[in-house]
Amino acid sequence: MLAALIVPVAARRRYELGFILALVGVGLSMVASIWSLVHVLDNGTMRYNLGGWAPPIGIEYVVDLIAAFVVVIVTSVATLVIIGTRRWADHEAGDRLGSFYGLVMLLIAGLVGMVVTGDLFNLFVFLEISSLAAYSLIFLGGGRAMLAGFRYLILGSVGGSFYMLGVGFLYFSTGTLNMGEMKELLTDDATARSVQAGAAFIFAGLGLKMALVPMHLWLPDAYTFAPSSVNTLIAPIMTKVGAYAMIRMFLSVFPDGYLKDAVPIADALLVLGLIGIVFGSIAAMSQKDIRRMLAYSSISQLAVIAVGLGLGTPLGLVAALLHIMNHAVMKATLFMAAASVRFTSGITLVAHFSGIGRRMPFTMGAFTLGALAMVGIPPATGFFSKWYAVQAGIESSQWIVVVVVLASSLLTAVYLFRILESAYLHPLQPEPSHADHERDGFGETERELAEESQAHEAPLDMAIPTVLLGLSTVVLGVLNAVIVIHILEPGVA
Amino acid sequence: MIDEIAARFPYWASGALIVVGLYGMIGKRNLIKKLIGMNIFQSAIILFFIAGSLRDGATLPILLVEGGHIVTPVEPELYVNPLPHVLMLTAIVVSVAITGVALAFLVRIYREYQDLDEESLLKKVRQ
Repeated sequence: MLAALIVPVAARRRYELGFILALVGVGLSMVASIWSLVHVLDNGTMRYNLGGWAPPIGIEYVVDLIAAFVVVIVTSVATLVIIGTRRWADHEAGDRLGSFYGLVMLLIAGLVGMVVTGDLFNLFVFLEISSLAAYSLIFLGGGRAMLAGFRYLILGSVGGSFYMLGVGFLYFSTGTLNMGEMKELLTDDATARSVQAGAAFIFAGLGLKMALVPMHLWLPDAYTFAPSSVNTLIAPIMTKVGAYAMIRMFLSVFPDGYLKDAVPIADALLVLGLIGIVFGSIAAMSQKDIRRMLAYSSISQLAVIAVGLGLGTPLGLVAALLHIMNHAVMKATLFMAAASVRFTSGITLVAHFSGIGRRMPFTMGAFTLGALAMVGIPPATGFFSKWYAVQAGIESSQWIVVVVVLASSLLTAVYLFRILESAYLHPLQPEPSHADHERDGFGETERELAEESQAHEAPLDMAIPTVLLGLSTVVLGVLNAVIVIHILEPGVA
Repeated sequence: MIDEIAARFPYWASGALIVVGLYGMIGKRNLIKKLIGMNIFQSAIILFFIAGSLRDGATLPILLVEGGHIVTPVEPELYVNPLPHVLMLTAIVVSVAITGVALAFLVRIYREYQDLDEESLLKKVRQ
């Protein structure tokens, strides 16, 4: 039964057979993860001891409700994205398609590993696996993506190293690396300097991975210049898993309330999160390129997760977890739609979106759903996580949280409706001429694509996953009470 | 102060190396130097872990067997903690992998632009 956990990891280590195997791999692991979620719902936490060594000697995989929940999000979003970006991958990876999908599989395996592991050092290993795959995938973009990839590599490794340093401090104070045991042992010597230093280092490392505000510098360039098949995959799930690892620290590594009372990490998250919400939204408003705009909006949405976490109450944690799901789905929708538009018409600049809504009704329909969810219009998902965040803010009388989260909805509306306005209300632009492309700095790829296809709607295998993702924002929004009551609240308690 | 440093020399050294590495990554403009800075940084952390497992007068954690009987005493005080060493083996592998990938990146960047200086690279890329 527990072997089902290993299926995701094992099925992902195939290299050469490309798309089909990749799809089968993620598909299988999606089924396995959904199955394990159901299993955990019925029977409680699953544990698997690697190599048959019992913890604390061996490494342990732990799948509790929250881990199962996050794995389901990661694998299902990844499945849809891999189907939807197949054409982009063919186009961008060329003859290196085999290794491309190999890297994608490694990335997902690393992320799933980070979520299910119950061992602090094992988490570091999976963190580096997924990061290395991500660096290489971003690097495939060539040109500016190469510099962005290198910068991400340097900063990402610093983050990983800080995390490892923090784990070192904790290990030398307690003598264990198992998360469950760590929590028990830390209760005794919670005031030790070395433990506090360890917590601070871990916070810095994971904060870098989840692009918390002063540490977000790698993100906009990496997302903008990465190949479209890559940023669509990385943007929804990569930083989310970083945020999940942070939540894990709160829930199962440090004793309850430790990160709030003994070390002011919760406060730091709260303050940086609030700054991040405002900064990310304002930066997003001033971007001309839609991918860069979405990247900055990721920063502000991740900051919402950080705020939920920083409040430190169970309700805040629920808000953070729910927002992990919501943001994964919403961002996947938006990036997929942006990639489809770029595929059919070569458009990446916001100014060129005029009239696109009439040419690509389904894609832009999905984009609209995603945008509404981001802003937080009630039936869609984004509303509920922000609602919980606001409630948690009121509950602990942090009024500034209430104000900023509400204001962030407004700011989000400003930058996303800019696109909707020009897509639906403005007349269709005449096809940009060659000279226009030159002037607007279109790359070789875009120009080629714009000339070879004047299709009105994205190809079916791109449009269907996009629309599915768009619809799921609404469906998950309607179902959110079920998710919160059955999965998140018992998981957090 | 000096006694303090001498008594815990490996920790102070690894702290100093971390600072050196960070300076290399932030202060230097050449991408190779940034990479070297990163390597120093990672080595410092390895030093930290290894220093933490050290114990005066302790020996290798190996049980000697003669004629079916364990002849060395099974007492944790007599042995160096082996776990950090194992962890650091993994960490070294990780850091080698990162360095390899980074060097491959740099080779491609250099082939494309004949340049490894960050600022002039940025200018060239923007054109």
